Amino acid sequence: MKIELLNISKRFGSVQANDDVSLTVQAGSIHGLLGENGAGKSTLVKVLSGFISRDAGAVLLDGFPIEIKTPADAIRAGVGMLHQDPLDFPPLSVLNNFMVGKLGGIFINPRSASRDFKRLATEFNFQLDVNELVSNLTVGERQQLEILRLLSLGVKTLILDEPTTGISASQKVALFDAMKHLAAQGKSVIFVSHKLEDVEALCDEVTVMRQGKAAGHLPIPCPDEKLIALMFGRELALPLKPNTCRTTPALELRDVTIATDRLTLRLGNLTVCQGEVIGLAGLEGSGQQLLLLLCAGLLPASTGSLTINGEDMTLKPYKEFLQAGIGYSPADRLKDGLIRGLSIHEHVALRHVSRGWFVDWQETLQRTLQAIALFNIRGKPQTLVERLSGGNQQRTQLALLPVPLNLLLMEHPTRGLDIESVLWVWQQLIARCESGTAILFMSSDLDEIMQYSDRVLVFSGGEVSELIDVADLTVERLGQTIGGRFSSQLSAVHP
Amino acid sequence: MEAAQILPILSVAIATSTPLIFACLGETITERAGVINLSAEGTVMLAAMTGFAVAKTTENWGDISLLLGFASAAIVGVLIALVVAFGALTLKQSQEAIGFVLALLCADLSSFLGSNFVRIPGPTVPSFPIPWLKDIPLLGALFFQSDLLVYTSYLLIFLTAVYFYRTRAGLMLRAIGEQPAAAFARGTNVILMRYFYTLLGGALMGIAGAAFALDFKAGWSHRHTAGYGWIALAIVIFGGWNPLRVALSCYLFGILQSLASVAQSTIPDVPTQVFTVAPFVLMILLLVLTSSDRLAILLKRLPPIVSRITTQTIQSIPPAALGKVFEQD
Repeated sequence: MKIELLNISKRFGSVQANDDVSLTVQAGSIHGLLGENGAGKSTLVKVLSGFISRDAGAVLLDGFPIEIKTPADAIRAGVGMLHQDPLDFPPLSVLNNFMVGKLGGIFINPRSASRDFKRLATEFNFQLDVNELVSNLTVGERQQLEILRLLSLGVKTLILDEPTTGISASQKVALFDAMKHLAAQGKSVIFVSHKLEDVEALCDEVTVMRQGKAAGHLPIPCPDEKLIALMFGRELALPLKPNTCRTTPALELRDVTIATDRLTLRLGNLTVCQGEVIGLAGLEGSGQQLLLLLCAGLLPASTGSLTINGEDMTLKPYKEFLQAGIGYSPADRLKDGLIRGLSIHEHVALRHVSRGWFVDWQETLQRTLQAIALFNIRGKPQTLVERLSGGNQQRTQLALLPVPLNLLLMEHPTRGLDIESVLWVWQQLIARCESGTAILFMSSDLDEIMQYSDRVLVFSGGEVSELIDVADLTVERLGQTIGGRFSSQLSAVHP
Repeated sequence: MEAAQILPILSVAIATSTPLIFACLGETITERAGVINLSAEGTVMLAAMTGFAVAKTTENWGDISLLLGFASAAIVGVLIALVVAFGALTLKQSQEAIGFVLALLCADLSSFLGSNFVRIPGPTVPSFPIPWLKDIPLLGALFFQSDLLVYTSYLLIFLTAVYFYRTRAGLMLRAIGEQPAAAFARGTNVILMRYFYTLLGGALMGIAGAAFALDFKAGWSHRHTAGYGWIALAIVIFGGWNPLRVALSCYLFGILQSLASVAQSTIPDVPTQVFTVAPFVLMILLLVLTSSDRLAILLKRLPPIVSRITTQTIQSIPPAALGKVFEQD
């Protein structure tokens, strides 16, 4: 189905989210929508899928103007959208999720729905158990379920909003294969992303958005610099990772095992030097987070000892970890990192404990303004953290970390951020390394691991590799290692 | 105690649980849609008063007076639910606060408005043993020697369960209470549906009130149904928002009450208040026990299949969006 969006405009309060944006997607093609966070990509596709009403402009499907006011209208017109956060029902089974909202008689028909589901799943080579609860699925599997559901509704245009965030490498491959399969059937796909490499790997054509406007349309392949220039209006340089490693150990683990009811992780011995960056690679839930929690003092080791800057911290209370200069930055910013309902100012006040009973709001306001300026946070002191964009939340979280730190633990330091913010975050992290902070970070972005780590730990199926020097690795080999061919790959690295 | 004694206790217990069945299923339907109607205590009481007053006033019209009593009680339930729905869904205010205030207000209102109807005889639902079925050994005595209201409650349990788990609309109802945004994405008018189920639940709670005043606790007095609204809210949690489990929990409560009244007559030394309160206390203890972490840990030690089935049977997880405001763009 050919999609034409003509001169779409949409304003939220004082923000012009879409400003006279036009876009044409040919039937049977995969069209990328590229731009940094807040460029207006999501707004545009939400207008097309009926979640947001537009202020001006027109939508044409196969040349005919159409009025899409609700998601139900969009589905009837053959437009389905896969949301960044899966819009599904975790306590229900896969099959029930598949059936919710399907039209038909009064009674549900699980048997025929199950048949439909299995037929579609086979066609796209997705392995999903119809009776499994959605709460037990990974984000990638929930996407697969949602895609199958939309297709079963007869969707001819599929919109994917940042679908590669939070899914594994193999799920990404499966997703891309499925998209290509759909395009080959004559369906059109709109792929919203801030990741250059994903757009380049998948799309036939790309529209770049910047500050609510369509900055340009380009065919793919096309050189990176050209896309980046369109995205940001200027060129960006990757920060170089200087060698900041020193010889003094910052963190030492001896014979450590961590046991949870899901996973027993044997970490063995591990020494990380001051100024060193360690990347933790692996599928989500393979134990990377356990290691970070252990080092943060939030999870006790079952056996073994933990030393930070020469001081034995085994089984010490969390407070002493804080005093020992440990910083922890969780992935779920609004759940574990920041506090919903409090402003940036209040966060700063919480962070810097005032003497006495009263908060010195004047002094903390000065600190807040400094932090906002220094960390380039787009927000005011009184802005509530949940009103900030993802990138600015991450900047706030970084601003709240104490200085100096001996050890900085980061879960997905740049998840969901646009390239400019990613580069900025890493500049800050590298600056910390230069002052001697050791960093452990987990990421599902292999390029990020390769780009910034000195050494890498690979987590796979309850096992943990030795520390591998990043010079001995390539993205491909790392990907295979994560995917399970663990011992053979590692022995190839360290014969 | 002999079997011959147990049977009448059970049959009384099942019959007297009927008002709670209506109230609890009403609340279950409402809460499954994501709205918590905390006004149950006040709704049941005010509806009981209204039902009795209307039936009493129209007593001379014959059998229709009972129907009018039930209908007016249902309307009271709907009106109170409408206040909850309007406050929660349209004004987007705290559902708990609105419901709680209504619970107190309507309870007092029932005393004020019903003062002319206190302790006077009124019409009651006539007994109606079902031919044939009443003669089935055991089951007949247990289930089929009551009145039409009791049989309606059986039907209601069955229909609610079928609706929840076998119909498209029921699946959507469960979906709305879990993830309203996702339900909206699938083409449902979430606010409208929540209004509908809140009012429907309110009507059932109203009928529960009339079921007390016109049948199982016939008549009206100051705070005639005190405590039953609150226990209905607890039973919904105890029943894990599943109509069948909720119904079983109601019967369990009914049996506890029957046993308490039997105990009262056999052990006259203990103060009567102990037995009146005992079923409430026992239900709350059971609730604490089944929702405790320790139980979950114990269950994990069982073989996987046994543990999964037991967990599903006794664990009680509320609808994820229960009591939360949903903004529909």
